[in-house]
Amino acid sequence: MSGLGIGGPLDSGDLILRSGGRPPVRPRFDQSALRSTLVALISTVVFFAFVGFVVVNAPGWSAVQQSFFNGRVWQESVPDVVPAFLTNVQLFCIAEVLILILALAIAVMRSLPGPVLFPVRLITTIYVDFFRAVPGVLIIYILGFGIPGLGIAGVPTDPFFYAVVALTLVYSAYVSEVYRAGIQSVHPSQEAAARSLGLSQFQALRYVVLPQAIRRVIPPLLNDFIGLQKDTVLVSYIGVVEVFRQAQIDEAASFNFTPYVVVALVFLVMTIPLARFTDWLVARDRRRFLANAR
Amino acid sequence: MSVEAASSRGGAAAVPGGPALDIAGLWKSFGDLQVLRGIDLTVAEHEVVCLIGSSGCGKSTLLRCVNLLEPIDAGRILVAGEEITAQGVDVNRMRRRIGIVFQSFNLFPHMSVLHNVTLAPRKAAGKPKARAEADATELLARFGLADKRNEYPDRLSGGQQQRVAIVRALAMEPDLLLLDEITSALDPELVAEVLNVIRELARGGMTMVIATHEMGFARDVANRVCFLDGGSILEQGAPADMFSHPREARTQQFLERIIAAGRL
Repeated sequence: MSGLGIGGPLDSGDLILRSGGRPPVRPRFDQSALRSTLVALISTVVFFAFVGFVVVNAPGWSAVQQSFFNGRVWQESVPDVVPAFLTNVQLFCIAEVLILILALAIAVMRSLPGPVLFPVRLITTIYVDFFRAVPGVLIIYILGFGIPGLGIAGVPTDPFFYAVVALTLVYSAYVSEVYRAGIQSVHPSQEAAARSLGLSQFQALRYVVLPQAIRRVIPPLLNDFIGLQKDTVLVSYIGVVEVFRQAQIDEAASFNFTPYVVVALVFLVMTIPLARFTDWLVARDRRRFLANAR
Repeated sequence: MSVEAASSRGGAAAVPGGPALDIAGLWKSFGDLQVLRGIDLTVAEHEVVCLIGSSGCGKSTLLRCVNLLEPIDAGRILVAGEEITAQGVDVNRMRRRIGIVFQSFNLFPHMSVLHNVTLAPRKAAGKPKARAEADATELLARFGLADKRNEYPDRLSGGQQQRVAIVRALAMEPDLLLLDEITSALDPELVAEVLNVIRELARGGMTMVIATHEMGFARDVANRVCFLDGGSILEQGAPADMFSHPREARTQQFLERIIAAGRL
């Protein structure tokens, strides 16, 4: 595994400046970098070939392959599972928008100063403590079965509705803490500068503090959203037929776990591009605002 | 808008009541630390007052109190005859008349230079965008920053950043400008370009209170120098008198240390 440490330019001895004389000539091809890349490549191939060899030659491999990587079941379950994933996509798209708004409101309310606003801080603190403490599944159960169970006329009965509400309530508690950390990371001198120019407290927050805070918390926000995307499978407990429930149905029909592998792949395909997009977003911001960022 | 226009507008606003700035019996503490002990200071219109004294003597706190960034414990602060420390005063409206420039620039890093300068005129003073941008562009050009209007602060030198911060304060057309050790965070070779801006403002008649460690500059630009020691003004006078014949022993000690450090 040591080969994965790819040698940077500092590894090449020919770049070290000697005192006196002419500066060293930089070779047209950095041979040592090429060598490092080759070593890394070979080491990686050898490592995974070895792991693959061990797994495939394990005594139970053919049984495991039949249960998890069954080509026939795969072909049957993909047309079921992939469309069911659209329910998850809908769920987290709606919930994410609501969470971004609700969590920001909570974070701002928790950051408000002054004794008069103590009740606001108290209520939001209790909210965050409560929804971070109680397991999300329980919130989904309580809302999804409890509220329709009250039988009040006009109250929605659609489990999808309660799924959105439950995930929004739970994740807003986490995300509000991410926002709050961002708000606190903006130096007080920024707010002082804004207020000194005559901007109101709200304007200072709106134009100076929040834009900087939110930029800083984009990576941890994405972290929470990946968690949310995966937790959308929890709403299967209250009867929403989404990707995981569909895979369970397929598994029950075929006595085979391959549909779950399809689910895993669907989530991988969804989240990895999102993660790279966030990296790109953060890097673009750094290039724009910082002189020495490359 | 020009600097002269800004200061003459300040002159018009100051007519109804007395001096540009009038501080009486100002006390301020942070917890157990008593920082200001009964400051009395009157600044006439177009006057430039420099505050000198060792670190921790209360210069910065005094300026922050005048800008209402710190609540005061006792005393009164009047700007052009209007008490800004009175109960129920619109703090935001008062701050628009008092510009402050900080040691650490405090530019908004996520905004271009132009956006930094136009934010408060647009959002606090309600100027239309086009006019705010035209005025800002003119001010930036005046201070040699015309080509930097679309840059982000981090891409500028310290001296350029501080000049932008000065322009940002001037864009609100303040009656009074407070400068809080604005060259202390700069590389020595960048100090002059910032001090020259202040000299120009002084020539234009801007009323200024300047906390500074640059004694040569203070002697040059100030109408009056105040020596702060232990949270009160120990001695004040014309710069020529203060620097050549300080009366108080503490002032003499301070100036001797400054001279020993080669700063005068």
